[in-house]
Amino acid sequence: MEGSADGRPVIRVEGLRKSFGHLEVLRGIDLEVHRGEVVVIFGRSGSGKSTLLRCINFLEEPTAGVVEVDGIRLEPGHRTSNKKELIRQVRIRTGMVFQQFNLFPHMTALQNVMEGPITVKGKPEAEARGLAMHFLEAVGLADKADEYPIRLSGGQQQRVAIARALAMEPEVMLFDEPTSALDPELIGEVLEVMKSLSTELHMTMIVVTHEMGFAREVAHRMMFFHEGKILEEGPPSEILTNPRFPETKRFIDAVL
Amino acid sequence: MRVNQGTGAGVARPPDLAQERPGLRERLELASLAVPFRVKLALVWLGIFVVLGLLFALAGFDTAWMREEWLFVLKGLPWTVIISAASIGLAIVLALFGALARLSRNPVAYGVSGFYVSFFRGTPLIVQLFLIYLGLPQIGANLERYVPGIHEALLLDPLTAGILGLGLNYGAYMTEIFRAGIQSIGHGQLEAAYALGMTYRQAMRRVILPQAVRVIIPPTGNEFIAMLKDSALVSLLGTVVSQMEIFRRAQLVGRADFRPFEAFILAAAVYWGLTTAFQFFQGRLERRLSKGYVREYGAERRPRFLPASAAGGIGPGALEVEVPTEAGPRQER
Repeated sequence: MEGSADGRPVIRVEGLRKSFGHLEVLRGIDLEVHRGEVVVIFGRSGSGKSTLLRCINFLEEPTAGVVEVDGIRLEPGHRTSNKKELIRQVRIRTGMVFQQFNLFPHMTALQNVMEGPITVKGKPEAEARGLAMHFLEAVGLADKADEYPIRLSGGQQQRVAIARALAMEPEVMLFDEPTSALDPELIGEVLEVMKSLSTELHMTMIVVTHEMGFAREVAHRMMFFHEGKILEEGPPSEILTNPRFPETKRFIDAVL
Repeated sequence: MRVNQGTGAGVARPPDLAQERPGLRERLELASLAVPFRVKLALVWLGIFVVLGLLFALAGFDTAWMREEWLFVLKGLPWTVIISAASIGLAIVLALFGALARLSRNPVAYGVSGFYVSFFRGTPLIVQLFLIYLGLPQIGANLERYVPGIHEALLLDPLTAGILGLGLNYGAYMTEIFRAGIQSIGHGQLEAAYALGMTYRQAMRRVILPQAVRVIIPPTGNEFIAMLKDSALVSLLGTVVSQMEIFRRAQLVGRADFRPFEAFILAAAVYWGLTTAFQFFQGRLERRLSKGYVREYGAERRPRFLPASAAGGIGPGALEVEVPTEAGPRQER
């Protein structure tokens, strides 16, 4: 499954750095993600995993480096109208799922999923509705279409959030600790949906998570973040059973 | 609930008291506790009206005159409502743009809105009204030779000047209410909208403002009630007879027949009725907007600030809890 037809990666990150004041959170990240690939990023909190995801769609402005998504190249600098439009194009091509779901509370599940296609892509309502129902079905929540988020469980809310991102038909999905805010018994249903994205839709995904079972089963590659750098990467079979660095081993032992 | 009045029957008392018969004070307290709060509240209100009625009778108010003239005062009500509704409409538009400007990084928008809020909150409403009504024509007259027709255009009738002044003044206060309302929506909502590819404008229109409205409505209702009363100030500009609102009419008949107290009590009653009716409608609007924020259907029918058990015992006053506004309490402008 590695490598896309044209050989060009969907996401390419080069020399990415990000500082908050004096604190350097990302200290030179290079990575490529190819079509259909699932990359799991793990590491201690504060190691820069989430910041990397947020820099890829420019929710956070990197301090230095290059981000390329589906051929669109972004670099840090002043947000001119031109650059704002490029950022928007990148965001349209990347679906993001947040730790806190961030569903729109004043809209039903269906309206949440329809919102992107209608407002951002200008699709007619009927078409957007069909699209939204299709993805609500894909995450197993067609019967909850008319419920407001407050009446859904955390797991259901996160699945709606996944459907909302999918409805934009993105090239790549970014998952920022999607199960960390969930009660333990609700984690499984969300991971199951994420797994099906890979196996059935061959979705390209970058997943920040500590769910090692999911990683072992779904990831093609895993990256261990340590102090703002990728300390070690490789297929799960290798990295989980035979880590090269003591830091990686210690972390895996701690979460397993 | 039955209150046990017997001695030592299951009720734990300090040992020395338990031996004696309950004193008068004790019995009164127990009797009082047996009366529901709601009944007591009704009695208090009844008492207030009895005392007021008594004062009324003692003052020798001319009730016959009041019966005769109350319709005349009441006819000012449509104008009070028109002035207030037009002004609050203008204020809402100004507050929306003012708030967005206060949150913008555009130096022109930020600077102009900062000046606007500072000036109109920092000077008395009555001064602003006179500046608009008397000051603008003077500017117009002096500019007439450069811009023909401007004198005429700035010569506002009292009603227009009043609406403009009230709208500008309240818009400044409400700018801060709107800004706080917009800022109260969590940052995650904006990020989620951006992540979908929305522009700032789309995110505001589709995601942030619809949620902020819910936060903004209660303090805006407060402002409207204040405005219903402040609309009386427009009279000081001297409205034409056909457009007189409640206060002006009361003043007029009160003076003509030398019945000032009677006239202003009528005016007060009309204002009071108006604000009470408005509060009722505001409550209904707020309940409608709570959709998506309440878990069980039907729960929105109960006052939101109280647990279900307490709601029954407090009575209608519970819904009229004053919502603190960003602008803070204020009596005069």
